[in-house]
Amino acid sequence: MSKYPVFTDEMKKTHTILVPDMLPIHFNLIVSILRSCGYKMELLQTSTQTVIDEGLKNVHNDTCYPALLVIGQFMEALNSGRYDPNTTALMLTQTGGGCRASNYIHLLRKALADKYPQVPVISLNFSGLEKEGSFKLNVPIVMKLLFAVLYGDILMLLYNQCRPYEMIPGESDEVLHKWEKILRDQFLNGKFLSTAKTYKKILNDFAQIKRSKTKKVKVGIVGEIYVKYSPLANNHLEDFLISEGCEPVVPSLLDFVLYCAVNTVNDGKIYEFRNKSTVAFKIGYDVIYAKQKQMIKIIKEHGVFDPPHDFEHLRTASDKYINQGVKMGEGWLIPAEMAALAESGTENIICTQPFGCLPNHIVAKGMSRVIKQAYPDANIVAIDYDPGATKVNQENRIKLMLANARR
Amino acid sequence: METKKFYLGIDVGSTTVKTVITDDEKNILYSKYQRHFSKVKETVSDQLQLIKDQYAGAQFKIAVTGSAGLGLANAAQLPFVQEVHSAFIAVKEKYKDTDVVIELGGEDAKIIFFTGGVEQRMNGSCAGGTGAFIDQMATLLGITADELDELSEKAEKVYPIASRCGVFAKSDIQPLLNQGARREDVAASIFQAVVDQTVSGLAQGRKIEGNVLFLGGPLFFLKGLRKAFTRTLKLDEKTAFFPDEAPVFVAYGSALFALNSEDTYFTIEELANRVAQAKSDDHIATGDRLFNSKLEYENFIERHKSCDLKYAQIENYEGDAYLGIDAGSTTTKLVLITPDCRLLYKYYASNKGQPLDRISKKLAEIYSLAGDKLKIRGCAVTGYGEDLIKAGLHADFGIVETVAHYTAAAYFCPDVDFIIDIGGQDIKCFKIKNGAIDSIMLNEACSSGCGSFIQTFAQAMGYDIERFSNLGLFAEHPVDLGSRCTVFMNSSVKQAQKDGATVEDISAGLSGSIIKNAVYKVIRAKSVSELGENIVVQGGTFLNDAVLRSFEKELGRNVIRPAIAGLMGAFGAALYAKEHSTGSSAILDKESVDKFSYSSKAFQCGGCTAKCNLNLITFNNNEKYISGNKCDKGAGKKENTKENCLFEYKYDLLLSTNLKQENKPAARIGLPLTLSYYEQLPFWSRLFTELGFETVISNESSRQMYYKGQQTIPSDTVCYPAKLAHGHILDLLDQNVDFIFYPCMSYNLDEGESQNHYNCPVVAYYPELLKANIPELNDNNFKAPYMDLNRHKHVVNVLYNTLSEYSISRKDISTALDKAFESLNEYHSKIAQRAQDIINTARKENRKIIVLAGRPYHIDKEINHGINKLITSLGMSVITEDSICSLGEMPHLDVLNQWTYHSRLYKAAQYVVTQPDMQLVQLVSFGCGIDAITTDEVRSILERNGKLYTQLKIDEISNLGAAKIRLRSLMAASK
Repeated sequence: MSKYPVFTDEMKKTHTILVPDMLPIHFNLIVSILRSCGYKMELLQTSTQTVIDEGLKNVHNDTCYPALLVIGQFMEALNSGRYDPNTTALMLTQTGGGCRASNYIHLLRKALADKYPQVPVISLNFSGLEKEGSFKLNVPIVMKLLFAVLYGDILMLLYNQCRPYEMIPGESDEVLHKWEKILRDQFLNGKFLSTAKTYKKILNDFAQIKRSKTKKVKVGIVGEIYVKYSPLANNHLEDFLISEGCEPVVPSLLDFVLYCAVNTVNDGKIYEFRNKSTVAFKIGYDVIYAKQKQMIKIIKEHGVFDPPHDFEHLRTASDKYINQGVKMGEGWLIPAEMAALAESGTENIICTQPFGCLPNHIVAKGMSRVIKQAYPDANIVAIDYDPGATKVNQENRIKLMLANARR
Repeated sequence: METKKFYLGIDVGSTTVKTVITDDEKNILYSKYQRHFSKVKETVSDQLQLIKDQYAGAQFKIAVTGSAGLGLANAAQLPFVQEVHSAFIAVKEKYKDTDVVIELGGEDAKIIFFTGGVEQRMNGSCAGGTGAFIDQMATLLGITADELDELSEKAEKVYPIASRCGVFAKSDIQPLLNQGARREDVAASIFQAVVDQTVSGLAQGRKIEGNVLFLGGPLFFLKGLRKAFTRTLKLDEKTAFFPDEAPVFVAYGSALFALNSEDTYFTIEELANRVAQAKSDDHIATGDRLFNSKLEYENFIERHKSCDLKYAQIENYEGDAYLGIDAGSTTTKLVLITPDCRLLYKYYASNKGQPLDRISKKLAEIYSLAGDKLKIRGCAVTGYGEDLIKAGLHADFGIVETVAHYTAAAYFCPDVDFIIDIGGQDIKCFKIKNGAIDSIMLNEACSSGCGSFIQTFAQAMGYDIERFSNLGLFAEHPVDLGSRCTVFMNSSVKQAQKDGATVEDISAGLSGSIIKNAVYKVIRAKSVSELGENIVVQGGTFLNDAVLRSFEKELGRNVIRPAIAGLMGAFGAALYAKEHSTGSSAILDKESVDKFSYSSKAFQCGGCTAKCNLNLITFNNNEKYISGNKCDKGAGKKENTKENCLFEYKYDLLLSTNLKQENKPAARIGLPLTLSYYEQLPFWSRLFTELGFETVISNESSRQMYYKGQQTIPSDTVCYPAKLAHGHILDLLDQNVDFIFYPCMSYNLDEGESQNHYNCPVVAYYPELLKANIPELNDNNFKAPYMDLNRHKHVVNVLYNTLSEYSISRKDISTALDKAFESLNEYHSKIAQRAQDIINTARKENRKIIVLAGRPYHIDKEINHGINKLITSLGMSVITEDSICSLGEMPHLDVLNQWTYHSRLYKAAQYVVTQPDMQLVQLVSFGCGIDAITTDEVRSILERNGKLYTQLKIDEISNLGAAKIRLRSLMAASK
């Protein structure tokens, strides 16, 4: 058995690194940051049927849908001739939890083994997995990534609050694109640190968008991280909700980052131990959480838009139903987000999940009963996503949820 | 004169169109119910035409509803109301004191709770227990749904049939039929399966009680189904209500919705115009045409014609002959050949659930055609019905299907590299190396929608199978329907129809998806070269030219299809009979066949706790045959399980580790015999007993145990072992324990062999789910602390806090903890020791050894369905993965090895590789996501070292027909 190729220093100059798309706004920013660090990066945005076909061909079909799509997207790209396999590398995030998602990278390598054995795969993770290779996350890069998540979150948040209400079609998109460009430039020239100033400017720009006062049904989207965000995976769920006259409420990516960080801290607490990573993650958590609080404060002071959930509050929102020891997949974060949405007036919730998602048996379907008990008006529907699941089937169930909402 | 104003509800379901007109007073003035045979637009237009004739000049407010109505309403820009909501409106209007509504439609099932918080639910995407399912099952029996209903009235007993998904149920029912179960009983069992599906899949923890209103076509038309619901939900005439307007009730709801809406009025002409002009989205993905020209098609036909047998006239033939019988799952095949392999007689037809009747009739026909000049010198039978036919008709040989197929394929292509057979229910693929079967790939129960699927579909669309598939040959734009299971395919087809695909396009698309399913899901081929040079295709489904062409196109090369593709199993059997004939055959002669008859009687085996449902078939010569048994005991033979099988030993040993408390216990602690306790019972029982408690374990798993907790299962796609946990918890509550102890454990014990030592997410956190979904549980009677058993001090602290009310010192807990680990280690070493004994005995007696590898909880008899006994009855010994994994090295792995139980699998596989007389069979519970990763890895460890890989997928299904074929194939191939 041959060992798989490793990303070396020289490759930084020669190789183009492909990144699968999960959240268009955030990932665009992340890619431009890594470019500014000297890597040749490209975000894959292919969403053709070929992506799904390649996924089915190259991954065990019982594996979850995100793995199938991500690997399918990579294989499609390599097969397309757009990239020279000799000068291409692939990058995947890896969370390292007890869920099978930690194995995506291995499944990808298996898929590559026959046809593209020379293509190195880079794991982007914070858990110390995959230590070999020259793609190193140093403190400046990690800081930049954090800022990309913050800016991505505020853009996504405001965009979602404007687009359903915009009077001039396309205006929200215009503001979004304008800021995507400004932020890219800021990351290049290193002037991205003054978050407070930038937030205010962004807030002002979005506030300028002419918005109607009609009340729309708010629909929260929670669930497995990839399916929740990726339009490719969730059949453009946000667009569908907007076309149905709803306002999609999508929790921020930072919540997931904080969730991952706090889980290591929690582990130390629950299992009564202390080591380097529990200490480091605690410090990291405090730093990031402070940044979130700052954002919330500025949005509140500005007074036009609803701020994201405060993470410390989010953490306690689900304590009544589930222990924070449930840390595989999206774990306790899903019931926490459902509860936080319900208590802040977004009672209609779509829980998106890949068909057969293991943690979601427990944390999504398994928790709906207690959440409905606590919030009798909560209107939760779990939707499965899968290469064989049809859009019409999914939309019909969402429509039922909406009929309930409007009853 | 003022124009008259009315309210029109149009309900377009997956199989029918319903229209209802009401007046301002909400009275139903008109209603109509009609099947649409997938011609949605045309049927709606027809109905509008009818209305136009009766209501000339009137104006209507309208609302469309239904699963197929969604697309139509969008395309025609008409108001739409979701169908469950529509039902809700109608019930609120007409049946105010309703507590729960259950509605079964063509392909959807819905439930509405009114009392105690309104809730409306639909089945998820994986649930087929609906009208279409009943139709499919009726087709299987060769009767209509109404006839099925009549049959069910005369049922004497109900068989457990997997209720989750249509495909699963089918693989339960077909073997039952093939074993000769009474059709009346099967009919009633089908209805019961639908009820179970509704209760577990839809109610999801909410109790169905009070006044229940039943809606939808199937519940209106099928009395047997009504009875099953009423009985199961413990309702009576007063509380179960079946309204007369049930079939059109949802359309009535949408008429009411229209009445209250702000929408505008239409004339029927305007409506008809909108419907006629409705344009579908152009979103459907389409593939390439199968043939670009007539000429291409003719060349194709010519090429495949060349591969055929020579024929002989049975009426004129004088001499010896050999008979091959393939008693398949849905079809029966017979082939009679001469010693020089000319074909004398062939038969291929659906067995309509009565294989024995079919085959005896055909045998009689052979005798009457051939007269005395022909002598049958040997007869072999293969397929699901092998044992039954052998017993009934006295066939000389029974051979496993894979061997029969290879024998036949090799006749046409001696250097064949790869055989793929797509039959009614199975896909079988074999790789051939050095003249022997090298590896076998079979479809899993979940994707078994093969030939019979296309047939059912053709019928649903109003065509016979041949006509339907030929339509696809020249389709302009074959639709891409995905490669998943049939339930998903059904809804893909629905969507394609909505988007305007023609029957031709759909036919071609279905052929394509059958092929994609075979290539990507079953063979899992990444490149064509893997399959080798010479590929033979067979099975009835390949007689379909569209399927054959799709396969060649998918592979990009030509393949060999014998003209008798559908008869290859029977032909192989005939060849086998010829080669092994002793010169005379015991098969029933003309006289005995003419007199042949049998009767069958169902009863329950009392041999062990599995309580198998058996069938006793008595033939007219008073010979008896028992089917449905999982072990030799059921068939009345002596069992040789215990000595040669580690499963039973391990199970008994585990139960014996629950210790007795000699003193008066401080409290009675309940330990559910489920998931992690199948590994850790020795540990916890010892620990608590040392601390002065009594540990009470739940009763052994059974089907009843599952039903007991069924109503509290929130996720119907979780694995069966997890589902069983619900019953165990309720059982412990019934035993009045002081509290149940069931810890949450992200981490398993670190056995030092993996990068991390997680439990799977379901095993780790199932206690959380139980607590949230079983209303009887609270913090006092259910203690589920988080703990990591690798951290001694921490475990002591957790237990100290958990047991605080019993004032036990940390020191005592610490001492007890050490003893608990001793017990656990002792348990493990006993198992390892016993495994060595079994291995030694097997080697002395020259028996093959099967490592039946899975998880600790696979020793639960309700979970493994007695597969271990099946293996011992085939003359092999059985050990488990944990009994030998410490003997193996950790092999090189291409995956992240981070789960304790799963890393045992890898080591066990590596050990098996070093032992020539061992084979590994992996048990996989349906829905186990982690095994999507481990199965590939275990396969790769075995295959790169020249071993065969066999996987058995198990669920609530209790029928072992498919498992038996796999195991026998393994035996045949490993010789």
